[in-house]
Amino acid sequence: MESQRSYFGKALIDLGRRNPNVVVVGADTTESIKTIDFGKSFPDRFFQLGIAEPNMISVAAGLAAAGKIAFAATYSVFGSAHTYNVIRQNVAYTNLNVKIFCSHAGLTVGPDGATHQMNEDIALMRGIPRMTVLVPADGPETAKCVDAAAAMKGPVYCRFSRTNVPTVTSAEDDFVIGRARVLRDGSDVTLIGCGLMVARCLEAADALKRAGIQARVINLATAKPLDIAMIDRAARETGGIVTAEEHTVVHGIGAAIASAIAANHPVPIAMVGVQDVFGESGEAEELLRKYGLTAEKIVDGAHDVMKRRDRKR
Amino acid sequence: MVDVSEELIASLKKKAVTLRKHIIRMTHNAQSGHPGGSMSAADIVTALYFHVLRVDPKNPTWPDRDRFVLSKGHACPVWYAALAERGFFPVDELLTFRKLNSRLQGHPELGTTPGVENAAGAEGQGLSFSVGLALAARMDHKPWRVYCILGDGEQDVGQTWEAAMSSSKYGLDNLTAFIDRNGIQQEGRTEDIMPLEPLAEKWEAFNWHVLTIDGHDFRQILAAIEEAHRTKGRPTAVISRTVKGKGVSFMENKIKYHGAATSDEELKLALAELDAQEAAI
Repeated sequence: MESQRSYFGKALIDLGRRNPNVVVVGADTTESIKTIDFGKSFPDRFFQLGIAEPNMISVAAGLAAAGKIAFAATYSVFGSAHTYNVIRQNVAYTNLNVKIFCSHAGLTVGPDGATHQMNEDIALMRGIPRMTVLVPADGPETAKCVDAAAAMKGPVYCRFSRTNVPTVTSAEDDFVIGRARVLRDGSDVTLIGCGLMVARCLEAADALKRAGIQARVINLATAKPLDIAMIDRAARETGGIVTAEEHTVVHGIGAAIASAIAANHPVPIAMVGVQDVFGESGEAEELLRKYGLTAEKIVDGAHDVMKRRDRKR
Repeated sequence: MVDVSEELIASLKKKAVTLRKHIIRMTHNAQSGHPGGSMSAADIVTALYFHVLRVDPKNPTWPDRDRFVLSKGHACPVWYAALAERGFFPVDELLTFRKLNSRLQGHPELGTTPGVENAAGAEGQGLSFSVGLALAARMDHKPWRVYCILGDGEQDVGQTWEAAMSSSKYGLDNLTAFIDRNGIQQEGRTEDIMPLEPLAEKWEAFNWHVLTIDGHDFRQILAAIEEAHRTKGRPTAVISRTVKGKGVSFMENKIKYHGAATSDEELKLALAELDAQEAAI
């Protein structure tokens, strides 16, 4: 298992070789987030700007305004919350080619504790007009996000975890921003996950299968714009949805999906995620267990939505 | 001191009066906006747009143009006035300022107004944006330069100093920052709200080349720009002593006109004063 950061760093170098217009800015986290290797390969296109993330984001915007594709990368707590209004005014309102890639999202930052466990960034970034929000499930998909972000016009926020995650996507899958992907088909219930929770949705589907329940599993790698058609189809065909995210359930993908199905085809929904609380120090796995981000909770959610659905029928 | 003709100075003075009249009319018509800080920056903006900047009104996004960044976005009336007078869009359009469906937003929007180069309003982001532009010019070996106007209120903002550090780290001698030192911010005198002095020493400590000028004296403004062009290896900060509301006696140095438009009666008085100034040039 290689980290999403490693895939990110390598994909950035590959992209840099193909496209001389790509530049990277950093904020004293370049070694851990693996952009330092881009700096070694292309020293003239790499800018270490120190612990000054608002400046980093605006500098990226200035570079983009002059025609560059600017990748700004750091930890998600700094790259989203600390810089929110700079992103809003200098990146999104301007509709510039700034691609903000943030590692260390969610609880699994681990021992650093709640200050560094960014469970609100999807909510923050989804709220900004013109912003595209990506949450890749694994390393290979993180690499694909780099290319897809560079290929599209306008701002992108992409978040991933510090911890190593199993590979759940296949190399041949083409990655299209705005399109979710069915990883496993099923008609009894739908499990929609993003980031490292996609692997847990697959685990949960295995457990449900043993109980005779065929769960559909969807990898929602684009948190904005939502793949409304696929979500709508899942609601109509399976009649119940469980969402899973390493993020607060307040305005995360669960809430986004809930509002989408409410507008189209309301069905029971259960949300697995962080329950409007701060995290704490601990190992990644311990934290996921303590805060209920497990395959078991997804299974419980599936039973719950099926029960609620069947009561209505 | 640069050698400039009397004719040039006279024409710049006239243009600055024209911009100030536009500012007064635009903010009066909108009954909102920020006339005071627009008028304090009017002479610097005039010098840049009518003598210094290489821009093409017919091709506002010409890749090799000089970049003007207004960090103190609330002063956009002076920017819009200069762009209109320079031919980027019709002068008539100025009176749509702050109205529904206008291209002239209350604070600058990138991509909507021809000639506008940045979005600003939340203070303290423009110098960082300018750093990105200047880095791009240097990376591409382009001769175009970046000029940024900051308010003195923006010296309160932490990001201004983040930008200052990064400018000198990268030795951005293609970047010139004017600090519109009118001494007044929204709620009072800068030295009461958050003391800035010694300001020149602060910029010097951040490894900038620092000049202090009278921001209403065209010879000094042009000389400062010349010196910035000659300065190698460091960005130049031009601390420009200005008067908030400059050009209209009852608005000068008044905190109120940071963010208040003139009344109908004041409009007449203000325009009469500006007309008299124009006639005297």
